[in-house]
Amino acid sequence: MAKKILVFGEQRGGTLKKSVLEIIGLAKSISGGGSVDVVTMGEGIGSIGETLAGTGVAVHVADDASLAQPSPEAYVAQIDAAVKAVQPDVVLFTASAMGRDLAPRVAARMGAGFISECTSLEANGDGFAAKKSMYGGKVFATVESKAGAKLVATVKPGAHKAAESAGGGAANAMAVAAPSSLGAKVTSVQQQATDRPDLAEADVIVAGGRGLKEAENFKLIEDVATPLGAALGASRAIVDAGWVPHHYQVGQTGISVSPKLYIAIGISGAIQHLAGMRQSGCIVAINKDAEAPIFKVADYGLVGDAFEIAPLLAKELEKACS
Amino acid sequence: MKIAVLIKQVPSSEAKIRVGGDGRSIDTDGVEYVVNPYDEFAMEAALQAKEKFGGEVVVFGLGGDKVEESLRQCLALGADQAVVLRDGAFDGSDSLGVARILAAAVKGVEPNLVFCGKVGIDRDDAAVGVMVAELLGMPHVSVVTELEWTDESHCKVGREIEGGSETLEVTLPAVLTANKGLNEPRYASLKGIMMAKKKPMEVKDAAALGIDAGTVGSGAALTSVVKMEPPAERSAGKMIQGDAAQMVQELVRVLKDEAKVL
Repeated sequence: MAKKILVFGEQRGGTLKKSVLEIIGLAKSISGGGSVDVVTMGEGIGSIGETLAGTGVAVHVADDASLAQPSPEAYVAQIDAAVKAVQPDVVLFTASAMGRDLAPRVAARMGAGFISECTSLEANGDGFAAKKSMYGGKVFATVESKAGAKLVATVKPGAHKAAESAGGGAANAMAVAAPSSLGAKVTSVQQQATDRPDLAEADVIVAGGRGLKEAENFKLIEDVATPLGAALGASRAIVDAGWVPHHYQVGQTGISVSPKLYIAIGISGAIQHLAGMRQSGCIVAINKDAEAPIFKVADYGLVGDAFEIAPLLAKELEKACS
Repeated sequence: MKIAVLIKQVPSSEAKIRVGGDGRSIDTDGVEYVVNPYDEFAMEAALQAKEKFGGEVVVFGLGGDKVEESLRQCLALGADQAVVLRDGAFDGSDSLGVARILAAAVKGVEPNLVFCGKVGIDRDDAAVGVMVAELLGMPHVSVVTELEWTDESHCKVGREIEGGSETLEVTLPAVLTANKGLNEPRYASLKGIMMAKKKPMEVKDAAALGIDAGTVGSGAALTSVVKMEPPAERSAGKMIQGDAAQMVQELVRVLKDEAKVL
């Protein structure tokens, strides 16, 4: 069945979210000869419209000062206007902070079905079928939408091949549909000054746990991560102890990750932590307790003292990665 | 200030989850259920707002007998009233169905503020709180990690975004979904636990909420789980032997040559 697909073209501060191109790639592959439209919004985003249109899909751009900062109220009104114009079978968002914030609201406004955090999505007769993790990664579910029902879904970044953009495409300008006053309004954005990738999207993660004994020893994790260009992760134990912020936490009450390489240092491997990282490509565990559960999911295990091994590893990686 | 808190009961994060005999839901046998961890931050934020401005905290939970335990715990923490939403017609609701039920119930108390957790750690949908906001026609802020009151109808909130945070100004009424880090949830006192036994807990069905049963439950669900599978087993790994220096050298070698991840 041919599908009409609308993709939300997320941008922040004039930078297109990389995974939008992956979702356009996915949309093209499942549209079955239907149509793919993209709606994007912000201020001064003409070049984003061109990049998106360069992928060969129809692009609708709302460019206005009132849309400079993301706002569920304003952005959902704008997306809703695009929904009314395009009449899509499915609206796709990136599973990002912004996408997660907007998508359920769009679904409720449309009276549509909703599936979040899809790792795959395909056409299924008159509906769609998606796969997603549940219980923090302890099980994987196949979720189907009802035949003929509209659907809204958020799609995990990194799971699909990006559409290529030839650039320079022509986009359609949209009238601004945002309400004039907002109940919740962004007043400032703070970006951390860090060269490290975001935990949820990183290819390599180095994570530390209680085996580090004290907050200041988390520096050992940073030293191993730096030559790898890795994101920093942590077990719940040391987040709860206040050694590192919550957004470092990997696991069921933190972030579920699936990098190419995950190095766990001084993490014993509580069930909720393992659930959140066992989809990683290659897992390395360094722990002094040979019986630690983390070794059951590790591809490579080193039983020993983290305080001895981590500095040596940092040095060897510096050599290997330089 | 009238504050509504939406509570969900979920398997503990420590619980081992097995796929049930039907292949599309979990085996609940022996699974310990708890208040959804993120809802605890929502509950604490509600109690703090009540302490600051006075008013009333009403907790809402959807489900069977088990949810009553969770709501009773919230009463012990300091909530004033609990409402159990229960009707056979609610069974099998998808997230929008659940949001319709909760929105109808919450509307009845005309809250200035609605708190819930950012996500239920069972289905990992992170949908219902935001949907309730839309159905109530209220603004929302999701994944709130900071909350500072300006006055009784205005607050500043912080939420996490990739690589940083956003600060927002919010005018009530509004729906806020709580993240870990927002606060340090309190424990119930013995006095609180005793008092909770005397606090009102009401059960409401579709008719009492004025819900058209055709808009909720399995019949109205637009999505459904058709299959659940355990994660793929990982094959046994390789234990690297030797002293620290030897292990590290061998590890770097295998990461490069075997796993090809360096």
